[in-house]
Amino acid sequence: MPITYYIFLAVALFSIGVAGVLTRRNAIIIFMCVELMLNAVNLLLVAFSKMHAQNAIAIDPAAVAGVEAQLFVFFIMVVAAAEVSVGLAIIVMMYRNIHSVDVNFLNRLKH
Amino acid sequence: MEITQILFWFLSVLAVFGALMMVTSKNPVYSVLWLIVVFFAISGHYILLNAQFLAIVNIIVYAGAIMVLFLFVIMLMNLNAETEPQKNKWLKIAGVVAGCSLMLVFVAALRQSDELLKAPVSMGGETGLIKTLGKTLFTDYVLPFEISSVLFLSAMVGAVVIGKKGD
Repeated sequence: MPITYYIFLAVALFSIGVAGVLTRRNAIIIFMCVELMLNAVNLLLVAFSKMHAQNAIAIDPAAVAGVEAQLFVFFIMVVAAAEVSVGLAIIVMMYRNIHSVDVNFLNRLKH
Repeated sequence: MEITQILFWFLSVLAVFGALMMVTSKNPVYSVLWLIVVFFAISGHYILLNAQFLAIVNIIVYAGAIMVLFLFVIMLMNLNAETEPQKNKWLKIAGVVAGCSLMLVFVAALRQSDELLKAPVSMGGETGLIKTLGKTLFTDYVLPFEISSVLFLSAMVGAVVIGKKGD
């Protein structure tokens, strides 16, 4: 497959994520849209890694290239997991204080 | 049409459809389930690209751990469709238009440089195997790996401190 298809798929997923962040008011759904955007970027990184590998294989059939990009994706997943745990704790605390997860109620940074 | 092309289109349509359903679902539980569908489709793409390690990590970490955490939080809060209040309709339209415009800008910027973008993506190769990735991770990238454990520890402590009841 050419790299173009992967780029357009990742762009579509990322844009859906952006539209979701802008339209939804539920904090949990906004958070999930952020996860969707992270995944779109991960998919694009893996596709570029394999494109790089293909270019290296064309020169030397035994070459292994593009490992760094996949490790980068791995670290993005690590950071996303840490981010989700803290973010959900913040959402739970917000729900406990104002009994809602609507971000419109949070526009003053205090209660 | 080869089998990989058919699989590619099937997984792409599944991912985009799941993402759209995730954004438009009224019930947050359905949103989480559609997002799990998207994650499985993306894992399928990883398998198609022969990035087997990332495919299985994506399923275990995202679909297995993170989405269960989301589901638990939603069920603890007892959210349903009525709790999200009706808001300005124009704001919703503006958000959709902004998202579409972003996509339009990306597509318009990318379709110019077409000979660069015809580069093929390797469907085989040894790049995505656990052996190759693990060798690099534990030699060249062992310091970021250890630092990420500290990051996890601090995230754990932070989640407990923030989520603790009391004042």
